Amino acid sequence: MNNTQGPVWEVFTQKKSGAPYQHAGSVHAFDKEMALENARDLYARRDKPSGLWVVPASEIVAVSPGDAAPFFDPSDDKVYRHPTFYEVPEGVQNL
Amino acid sequence: MDFQEKLHEFQQYIDAEEKIEPKDWMPEDYRTHNIRQISQHAHSEVIGMQPEGKWITRAPTLRAKKILLAKIQDEGGHGLYLYSAAETLGISRDEMIAQLHEGKAKYSSVFNYPTLNWADIGAIGWLVDGAAVTNQLSLRRTSFGPYSRAMLRICNEESFHQRQGYEIMLKMAKGSPEQHEMAQDALNRWWWPALMMFGPHDNQSSRTTKGMLWKIKRASNDELRQRFIDKTVPQAVFLGLKIPDPKLRWNEATGHYDTGEINWEEFNQVIHGDGPCNRERMAHHKNVHAEGAWVREAAAAYAARQE
Repeated sequence: MNNTQGPVWEVFTQKKSGAPYQHAGSVHAFDKEMALENARDLYARRDKPSGLWVVPASEIVAVSPGDAAPFFDPSDDKVYRHPTFYEVPEGVQNL
Repeated sequence: MDFQEKLHEFQQYIDAEEKIEPKDWMPEDYRTHNIRQISQHAHSEVIGMQPEGKWITRAPTLRAKKILLAKIQDEGGHGLYLYSAAETLGISRDEMIAQLHEGKAKYSSVFNYPTLNWADIGAIGWLVDGAAVTNQLSLRRTSFGPYSRAMLRICNEESFHQRQGYEIMLKMAKGSPEQHEMAQDALNRWWWPALMMFGPHDNQSSRTTKGMLWKIKRASNDELRQRFIDKTVPQAVFLGLKIPDPKLRWNEATGHYDTGEINWEEFNQVIHGDGPCNRERMAHHKNVHAEGAWVREAAAAYAARQE
């Protein structure tokens, strides 16, 4: 069947100035400008965001869910990366 | 809208505590000020890996070695967050590295001092990271969005660095007399360079005014330095170590510690390339960069063939 909707764009919104952009969802659109407008109309109808990004979905590279566990494995076994690993003696402050 | 009107609007936006994003209009000075500050910050993280890297093979225990490796890996990561933030302003990674190699971009003078004994690794975590964190906590509120977000990530990760440093200091300061002496020696050598990290006095710092006006900097050099001194002196007392400043004393009236004067001659000497390790640090960075050139060339050649 013909694609009559145009490509998919992933939409990222920023809640307030300086905050990180977060994924909101996706829209169809035929060009950048249309993608921005569609994203605005769909994801910014209330709680006016301070920023909006659209990215062609085909350009996003992702880890497939099945690979996630081995892919991220090394990040979980190093407890000494966390400050709670270290005992701060009683009486020492601002550390 | 003419430039003055745009500038006025820009200032109002900043005064309202709004953050500037890469695609927003900004005066050219704002862009260059940020590029200079963020790239200098990035270079400091990366060059800062060298003095600590010296001790990976000599760490006293496997535990200490794993922690040190994780910490140095973090510093590299922090450099990359910052290079990425600077790149959003239109400068390339290659340009920034070239500026470092040509001496046009600086890095923190503190990394031009040698790490002579194991307690130096403790002193770096406690004092150098402690000073860096004092600055970085304040920079979370910087007006450039990508820089501010990088600072948030870095501050979250940095808290373990300072604690592992203090843990080393504590073990050595409360250890054998020889260990205690090594801890004191490390404090003696790192205290003043750590204070120099905050830069010249406010009345000597030409860049402070505009940086503060545009909220790139959120606190002055002297303010941040005092904050660091006030929280660090009691930590030294707990260790049973003596801060190497005969003029240091608590001032009841101001509610702060008074200190002696920094040796600015030494500061200028190290900043201008004449510290104990400037040449070594830069030579090492250039060597590693040159040795890695074939990897970048091979990756680019492979990518070109895939097209």
